[in-house]
Amino acid sequence: MEYFAPGHRACAGCGLAICTRMVLNTIGEDVIVVNSTGCLEIISTPYPESAFEVPYIHSLFENVAPVATGVKAGLKARGNDHTQVLCLAGDGATYDIGFGALSGMLERNDDVLYVCIDNEAYMNTGVQRSGATPRFAFTTTSQSGKVIHGKTEWKKPLVEIAASHQIPYSASASIAYPKDLEKKIKKAIGIRGARFIAVHTPCCTGWGFDGSLTIKLGKLAVKTGLWTLFEVEDGQFKLNYKPKKLAPAIEYLKTQRRFAHLTDAEVQEIQSRVTKKWQKYGVKS
Amino acid sequence: MKRKTVEGSVGIAEVVKNCEPKVIGAYPITPQTHIVEALASMAASGELDAHFINVESEHSAISVTEGACAVGVRTFTATSSQGLLLMHEVLFNASGMRLPLVMVVANRAVGAPLNIWNDHQDSVAQRDSGWIQLYCENNQEAIDTIIQAFKIAESVYIPVMVCIDGFYLTHTVEPLDIPEKKDISKFLPKFKPKMVLDPKKPISIGVYAFPQHYQDFRVDLQKDMLDSRKKIVEVDREFGKQFGRTYGGLVEKYKTRGAEYIFVGMSSVMGNAKEVVDELRQKGEKVGALRIRSFRPFPASEIKKTFEGKKAVAVFEKCISVGSEPPIFTEIQGLSSGVKKKPVLSSFVGGLGGRDVTTKDIKKVFDKIKDGKIHVEYV
Repeated sequence: MEYFAPGHRACAGCGLAICTRMVLNTIGEDVIVVNSTGCLEIISTPYPESAFEVPYIHSLFENVAPVATGVKAGLKARGNDHTQVLCLAGDGATYDIGFGALSGMLERNDDVLYVCIDNEAYMNTGVQRSGATPRFAFTTTSQSGKVIHGKTEWKKPLVEIAASHQIPYSASASIAYPKDLEKKIKKAIGIRGARFIAVHTPCCTGWGFDGSLTIKLGKLAVKTGLWTLFEVEDGQFKLNYKPKKLAPAIEYLKTQRRFAHLTDAEVQEIQSRVTKKWQKYGVKS
Repeated sequence: MKRKTVEGSVGIAEVVKNCEPKVIGAYPITPQTHIVEALASMAASGELDAHFINVESEHSAISVTEGACAVGVRTFTATSSQGLLLMHEVLFNASGMRLPLVMVVANRAVGAPLNIWNDHQDSVAQRDSGWIQLYCENNQEAIDTIIQAFKIAESVYIPVMVCIDGFYLTHTVEPLDIPEKKDISKFLPKFKPKMVLDPKKPISIGVYAFPQHYQDFRVDLQKDMLDSRKKIVEVDREFGKQFGRTYGGLVEKYKTRGAEYIFVGMSSVMGNAKEVVDELRQKGEKVGALRIRSFRPFPASEIKKTFEGKKAVAVFEKCISVGSEPPIFTEIQGLSSGVKKKPVLSSFVGGLGGRDVTTKDIKKVFDKIKDGKIHVEYV
């Protein structure tokens, strides 16, 4: 059974649609989806159509977490203690506008599985920078010119922030590692309380690459160490992908138009940061 | 029925408990806070059988109730002032999804400057959000209107805001009849919405509508909101039959028959207005008062009927519309075109940020409108 029906309006090669399909098909039918405003809502629910074969509610941009809290409480009040409540929210909704509401939900440890579909910018409004956008990336609000050279800030470490709430499970995953993603979703649905998973989902339109390369880019992000697959279960950190040696960051950066303006020094700055980060895992670049 | 001498907020919390909501979104803001505190106390003692959820903002408080309502359970939340403004976008969203939420608004001024006292700017600013707005004169009406609000909302699938004056009502201790669960359950049926989120019967709600459909949703809401006038009147009448108290449905007419001069307003100030009417009537003056109970839907025909043949009307309100005439005055002025014998309409704004509106002030208003001229003044 497919729970995310074909025929939706996503771009060819859309990482977000792949992510949604994988997550829904892993969970199965006993779920209620709470979705924030963004590409997913727009591509999947143009009235009177819906790609969702499971119950679905979209409220607003920043309130996906409390709506899910309410859905879960309502279900419990009705004597239903089995249906999964799944948030599907973009990085803008999660890292930025809904951040306070997410933190509230995590603090309360509500029985909700929150999946952040992280494509590293506000794609639905036409590619603007978010707290999830990597440093130096070009977006329409972090453009590259003589004075400013893409995004000036580093990406917010959201999975670590979520884990700091001491929730039972938080993880990062990628659509390019479907087995790892499936394993994490399965593990998460077996746990009660707040669970947070950020899924790296390359966006061909926003990042500037051919739609046939979505998975390849997802893999490169992980192999270069720019996206780390890990999980924090009951406070225990575990690295899920640990290569002997990282691929050079440039291998990933050069594949996308959003990084096309980078100088050698900027590439080096990114490389140094990733090298330093992976040193603590004992992996060389 | 239990008669208790309690603070308004405590009475409100009791009746909310007796209406048996299953999910409550709670967040503090003066002067609403005592309501959620009282509910928290009942949740702690086990007296309240509901999920009492402390959230991190009013935006989330109302969002929690949206989610719970969408799976088919009765909910409650309460707020004031800045909290209501923070909820603003969620209000439109809830009415658009036709979620029959009920919320108490303890009316308070909005900043800047910061002010915690009563006026109606907060809820009047939400007039276009698609919520029914019922304004209460006293705590007994507030308690009774909450019961009515659940019934109205769940019949017409439009959320209801029960507006009560912050401090004047929320913090006043007085004897109140608090209907009990068993009596409320005879009046208010169990909440069984037509559509809910259910994995056995998947539906999508809150979806994306293109220009060819969007307007139809909005027009449906508008038509149903206008139609809800009948339901508001019917529920108030039905409530009266069972509990012995009614509030006039959409408007309360006080000695308007035979009156030549009418004072129009909302909420607790109308208690003073009635006192002034009584006093002036004893002196033989032909005065009356019209209390707007339902600001949304707007009781257009009731107001028009009341105005016919009157000499002058004073519209008193505790809010302004910066850059235009005061909002309630504007709406009433718009109605007067259909009135056969049109009274002279005057506008009085007062009580902003808790400034006291005394019987003396109201007497002055009556005195002023007797000259047959149009007044636009601040009290």
